[in-house]
Amino acid sequence: MSTNTLTRMDLNEAVFSEVGLSRNESSELVESILQKISDALVEGESVKISSFGTFSVRDKSARVGRNPKTGEEVPIHPRRVMTFRPSHLMKSRVERGGNS
Amino acid sequence: MIRSELIQSIADENPHLYQRDVERIVNTVFDEITEAMVRGDRVELRGFGAFSVKQREARTGRNPRTGESVEVPAKNVPFFKTGKLLRDRLNGK
Repeated sequence: MSTNTLTRMDLNEAVFSEVGLSRNESSELVESILQKISDALVEGESVKISSFGTFSVRDKSARVGRNPKTGEEVPIHPRRVMTFRPSHLMKSRVERGGNS
Repeated sequence: MIRSELIQSIADENPHLYQRDVERIVNTVFDEITEAMVRGDRVELRGFGAFSVKQREARTGRNPRTGESVEVPAKNVPFFKTGKLLRDRLNGK
């Protein structure tokens, strides 16, 4: 299975061909979608997209890490991380995906 | 925030667009990402994050209730890695 990488450009192009908007406006809308999702997450809100998945934010507490190369102990500060949980539909589609 | 709220908020900012077009635009973005992963492709959105597919090898699992072994076939699972910019923003940087 060869792997291609899609970027914003591919999403812009898909939006451009789906709706009769200019390329410029299509790319602004794609950006605006990503921005809205990011803003909600930064506010601590989860973003739930039905049949796609859920983006949520979790708080991680401080712990002691170790530099794997030197063995040196380094403190890891408490931080917020974002997680993506794919929907069941996406999981089952991807699971069968490229091999079938 | 759910899909319909995302659509509404984009529609509010773009009063010159029909609501149904905004709906199509938002759906197109998520569909493109899903279709790419179904093909086994990666979607890299700088600053936001990257969607990719990881291969899980077949393994012998066990039914935790009965202790019976079951063959779990190899499968592909969706994976997301947060982009640096968003990770920093989440931590107030």
